[in-house]
Amino acid sequence: MALLRNLALLGVLATGAAAQTAPDSWSDIKKQLFSESSIAEDDAYVSLDAPPRAEDAALTPVTMKVHVPAGDARHVVRLSLVIDENPVPLAGVFTLGAKAQVASIATRVRVNAYTNMRLVAELSDGSLHMTKTYVKAAGGCSAPATKAPDEANAQLGKMKLRVIDDAKPGRGDFVVMLRHPNNSGLQMDQVTRLYTPARYVDHLAVYQNAELIFSVEGGISISEDPNFRFDFARRDAKTLRVEASDIDHAEFKASWPLDGKGS
Amino acid sequence: MRPDRFWLRITVLALVWPWLTAADVAGNFALQQIAPGVYAHPGAIAQADAINQGDIANLAIVIGERGVAVIDAGGSVAVGRRFLAAIRAVTDKPILYVVNTHEHPDHVFGDAAFAETGAAFVGHKNLPRALAARGPFYLKRFRDILGPAAIDEVRLAAPTVLVDDRLELDLGGRKLELRAWPPGHTDCDLTVYDPQSRTLFAGDLLFTGHLPVIDGSIKGWIGELDALAALPATQAMPGHGPLVEPWPAALADERRYFATLTRDLKGALGRGDDMRRAADVAAASERGQWSLFDVYNARNASAAYAEYEWDP
Repeated sequence: MALLRNLALLGVLATGAAAQTAPDSWSDIKKQLFSESSIAEDDAYVSLDAPPRAEDAALTPVTMKVHVPAGDARHVVRLSLVIDENPVPLAGVFTLGAKAQVASIATRVRVNAYTNMRLVAELSDGSLHMTKTYVKAAGGCSAPATKAPDEANAQLGKMKLRVIDDAKPGRGDFVVMLRHPNNSGLQMDQVTRLYTPARYVDHLAVYQNAELIFSVEGGISISEDPNFRFDFARRDAKTLRVEASDIDHAEFKASWPLDGKGS
Repeated sequence: MRPDRFWLRITVLALVWPWLTAADVAGNFALQQIAPGVYAHPGAIAQADAINQGDIANLAIVIGERGVAVIDAGGSVAVGRRFLAAIRAVTDKPILYVVNTHEHPDHVFGDAAFAETGAAFVGHKNLPRALAARGPFYLKRFRDILGPAAIDEVRLAAPTVLVDDRLELDLGGRKLELRAWPPGHTDCDLTVYDPQSRTLFAGDLLFTGHLPVIDGSIKGWIGELDALAALPATQAMPGHGPLVEPWPAALADERRYFATLTRDLKGALGRGDDMRRAADVAAASERGQWSLFDVYNARNASAAYAEYEWDP
């Protein structure tokens, strides 16, 4: 939590210092996030799918895929999603449960300017591998957040699980959804001239029984109503459980029984 | 410069000056009578740009014995000024009300042109909140599109007359019936009905020709269509599209687009298609039926997908 907030501060300061179209935002971001570690640029272990031009800068779908070749004893421990030109470039850090064999996670993000978007995977041997893609979008972080604020406020904290009925045997393809404005703190109220305070989900974790499937330390780049679709190994678990919290220390919990094949 | 050249230029300028300023102000701003005492201006079926100065929404006036109600002010102060000049060419009755049908820039950026008329500004009870929340974002975004000078003139003042459910505006021997709607196109949609001419000014709850834009709730908008259709108008002015459309027949295309989009998205959700794939193909059969389809459809589909994912 503190780490992400410090990084957020660094991110804001860095953007202030660097011009809007800094040719190499990445080298500063890389130093802040990964210090002097070397990062292999290849898509041998991870791929990142995002639309070249976002239809809605505040709701841009991204899919992160993990594929360790058969025979390779390592596994992916952590995924860092970085959006270079966003006010806070680190969009989220996804920790993958050791036994969950997560193959993909998809979510929606805010994109503030034309940017490189990067996925850095940390493998179990500590090595780092990165893939990237370019997305054209603008204003996603300061865009008006909610289309219908009264409805959104009434629903805040509600959770939903969608089970997609296409998973291979032994695997699950689920969507976990949380109603939350995920306010970036960058929307200015024109009357008061004050910024609507940031209120975003900074932690969300999904478990099957007591085992972690994945967790995410997120920030303002995750879209309103955080939504995570994930493909993972079912391990005969009876319960799917989600725990989440936001920077106001509100906590959100839900669980659903799982039967043999679908929820 | 030689003195005689100088005076030659001054003379020419003095002679053409009235045409320069008049052309900038009233000339070429179409204001067409669509019923006795009702005049309307067609917005371009286009996105706002520096050439059209944001003149992309339909605007209207209704004239009563006491004065005039203006329905939407245009997409820039320049458009608002030209609209006001065109109104003055048609009537010198005082402007009593400026009604903003919702918060989008193409309907409200022209408001400042009416500030000195003494008119009261009228809007949905959610309009002040929408303007406060979205104003800075719109001003920033349109600064690049319309230019800094155009944006520096814009004043987004909250309306002083708010419509909670229904409101009547008395223009003197002519009463307009205003109605506030739950979230549809936006969360501050207002319609204006003139019983005298049986004309409904539907704001952006009605699109014809131009693809409807969903910036509120697709379910809400679909849920309102029957109540809209039941309004006793015989003709309607859409927010975008030809100035006069038969009512309620004018709703048919919009109904069909929403039904098609809904069917395609629910199919996508049922199949487990993700948002990007769904937005690429949803409502593809509608492409040939609408202008600006490729500008707005995928964004509509993303928003509606997110809505249906939560609320099938």
